[in-house]
Amino acid sequence: MADFFIKGLALLCLALSLSVASANEATPVAADPVLEARMLAIATELRCLVCQNQTIADSHADLAVDLRQQVRELLQKGMTDKQITEYMTDRYGDFVLYRPPFNRLTALLWVGPGVLLVAGLTVLVLVLRRRSRMPQDRFDAEEPEADEGPQDPRAS
Amino acid sequence: MKSLKFLLPLVIFLGLVWFLMKGLSLDPREVPSPLIGKPAPAFALAQLDKPDLTLKRDDMLGKVWMLNVFASWCVACREEHPLLVEFARLKLLPIYGLNYKDERVAGMKWLASFGNPYEASLYDHDGRVGIDYGVYGVPESFVIDAKGVIRYKQIGPFTPEAIETKLIPLVRQLKKEQGNG
Repeated sequence: MADFFIKGLALLCLALSLSVASANEATPVAADPVLEARMLAIATELRCLVCQNQTIADSHADLAVDLRQQVRELLQKGMTDKQITEYMTDRYGDFVLYRPPFNRLTALLWVGPGVLLVAGLTVLVLVLRRRSRMPQDRFDAEEPEADEGPQDPRAS
Repeated sequence: MKSLKFLLPLVIFLGLVWFLMKGLSLDPREVPSPLIGKPAPAFALAQLDKPDLTLKRDDMLGKVWMLNVFASWCVACREEHPLLVEFARLKLLPIYGLNYKDERVAGMKWLASFGNPYEASLYDHDGRVGIDYGVYGVPESFVIDAKGVIRYKQIGPFTPEAIETKLIPLVRQLKKEQGNG
């Protein structure tokens, strides 16, 4: 009796999985998990131009769906990842890449933060060195009376 | 010199303000197209109203023309459309429509009710040609010269100013080039 029940359950599961499979029939390419994983790897490197802060992998925009399908088909044609990113930049420009290449236009973008960091550190070092060279009596925090600044009225 | 040192923070602040002001006037949605100066991607598409007639890119060689991407579901196209209808009356160059990711009936109805400025409309149901042209926001327009090279791309709807100051001078220049070449 229990055996019969388990068999019935298994059949039910099979039937359900088949119906799910047929629901996905519109995109048969998606059935290949290896291809799908490669497609997602490429799509996470590409910016969706409609919703610019999302990748093509994340976005539900129409164009992103189309481009994911396009990437699948290009992969099926045997194009390499590099050829596919080139295919995208040929059409949409470097802007589609979340990691833009280093060139004349993007130099400031890549180098800028480093330059700012170095400049900040240089200023810091210069200030600290100048302070360490000052005579000790410039720092007389113990005697506020010697200060020219405003004083705490409660102290007097 | 030393007395002016107190102005330094102000100068830095003004610099920052300048950058931020500049940032306000930039439109991040306008992504410069890498296709400008390159040959227009090939296509062979059925016409919107005549499914058995196809138009190819090479049919257009030898004339300066404009490809305008539109769709019946596109709100900004409706805004742009009267300008195009008016511009088409000047007969400066033939305009071809690219009906992008639309349904035939909806596209034809749309043209019937808002006017048809197009020499012919191409029917790009699955948006493949759109991808080849790097279309990401409808409406978009491409001006293509007699040698089949893309010379200008308008992203988003044309404004009267854009037509007056960019499109018309460019078309005149391209026609002159064509005459010389």
